[in-house]
Amino acid sequence: MILTLDYFYYILGAMLLMIAWMALRDPHNPKRYSSALFWALYAVIYLAGEQLPAVAAGVLMVVMALIAGFGGVTLGRYGERSPEERRDSAQRLGHKLLIPALLIPLTTVIGSTLFKDVQWNGLFLLDPKNLTLVSLGCGSLFAVATACWLTRSTPLQAMRESRRLVDHLGWAVVLPHMLAVLGLLFTEAGMGKAVAHVVTSYINMDIRLVAVAVYCIGMALFTVIMGNGFAAFPVIAGGVGIPVLVGVYHANPAVMAAIGMFSAYCGTLMTPMAANFNIVPAALLELPDKNAVVKIQVPTALPLLLANIALLYFLMNL
Amino acid sequence: MHTVVNLWPLLGVAVIIAGFALRAHPVLVVVVACFVTGIAAAMPIEQLLATLGAAFVKTRNLPLILLLPIAAIGLLERHGLKEHAQASIARIRSATTGRLLIVYLAIREISAAFGLTSIGGHPNMVRPLIAPMAEGAAETRYPNVPMEMRHRIRAMSAATDNVGLFFGEDIFVAFGAIVLMQTILHGEGLDVDPLHMALWGIPTAICAFIIHSWRLYRLDAQIARSVK
Repeated sequence: MILTLDYFYYILGAMLLMIAWMALRDPHNPKRYSSALFWALYAVIYLAGEQLPAVAAGVLMVVMALIAGFGGVTLGRYGERSPEERRDSAQRLGHKLLIPALLIPLTTVIGSTLFKDVQWNGLFLLDPKNLTLVSLGCGSLFAVATACWLTRSTPLQAMRESRRLVDHLGWAVVLPHMLAVLGLLFTEAGMGKAVAHVVTSYINMDIRLVAVAVYCIGMALFTVIMGNGFAAFPVIAGGVGIPVLVGVYHANPAVMAAIGMFSAYCGTLMTPMAANFNIVPAALLELPDKNAVVKIQVPTALPLLLANIALLYFLMNL
Repeated sequence: MHTVVNLWPLLGVAVIIAGFALRAHPVLVVVVACFVTGIAAAMPIEQLLATLGAAFVKTRNLPLILLLPIAAIGLLERHGLKEHAQASIARIRSATTGRLLIVYLAIREISAAFGLTSIGGHPNMVRPLIAPMAEGAAETRYPNVPMEMRHRIRAMSAATDNVGLFFGEDIFVAFGAIVLMQTILHGEGLDVDPLHMALWGIPTAICAFIIHSWRLYRLDAQIARSVK
């Protein structure tokens, strides 16, 4: 492979190190030392990666969580432009501003479809296992370069802007990452078996509709707990879907699987544990309530879950 | 069949629920839940730290999708990308917040259904373009939309991106979820054609579009009411 994901880990590590350095040098940040330490520790994860001993990485994660948890990551000052200045430059640059922004999805789509099997001297050009992420990385680099050129800015200014955005996200940056760790730990500790045991031993599934409802709601609830539908699917499909819906009620396995996964997605819409989709956007959009996105999604997710129960009930024996 | 199932790891779930109910800091809640789960599963502390560390390094690809695009987006914001998005939507007379988001929902869901999931996303589409446009469309019609309603519009923009992505991507045959389901069912002795799983997802995908579009349609009326 010519372009592997590792390069982008190093780029991100270097970026985080720069952010730490800028935080350290910012006298307007009330907690600049702990903020700088937080970002520097995170940089270590990307720069050292797998060479870091596992116990050290674990300690590092706990220290980062303690710094963030006790309010040690704060905002500084970023030399932002006034709204008038921004409006003027928006008028001057016009639609050209959209070019770098759209370059990111465009490169990602092209990279992950057209460049899928492209080889150079017998090596894959893009890491085939991480095709989308590598393409996204390339797209982001193209976009920064184009944005610098269009706006006549330096890469250093781009770094300052990255720091502004990363600081506004704050701990929300690491929450999805730490939740993923918790998810893996749950799996290792046998959470799936425990949940499937509780569900199957206390609910009577002799009525077809009850069995369907238990399956769909179980998917959604377990996803709410784990924050990830992929973790819920094997547990609930293995615990209820296959033995009861397919085994007893002769459901079509394709229908059972498809609607089961969508029920899990209804759960994803309703949980702060799916931080990437629900908490990070609230931080990105500068909403005061970090659960605002979850709250607004519940009225879509609940009717959809009911629709799933009805669809599965009527479609599974077709 | 009487195998002994260890129910103690469920304590980790209890910590999460209690933590979010007490509004404790989410990052702290997660770390405490990690320790409680590990101890409940009888892991020695060193093994627990090593498990956490290995998982932390293994999942570090997750923040890439959020952090890599921000340098470009930040720079463009400094030069007025949001202001430009708002000015552009103001020029389209018929654009309302609800209609704009319904169009975005359709584009997002259909493109995801064809496997083009990278069109959209919170850092590179919603923050710089979709949310400012949705907010701008409301502003063009009503001069002083209250702050609360602005926040609601922004949250709805993020929700629309999520709904479109989730219920579109799963009807794409080569998507990870389909592969995962096929692998798991195969392990249980059921062979299912991925194409069938993708096709049986379509009724739910249509329901998702109808339900969420209805809410977006009503959003316009809510905005009108909030101004009075």
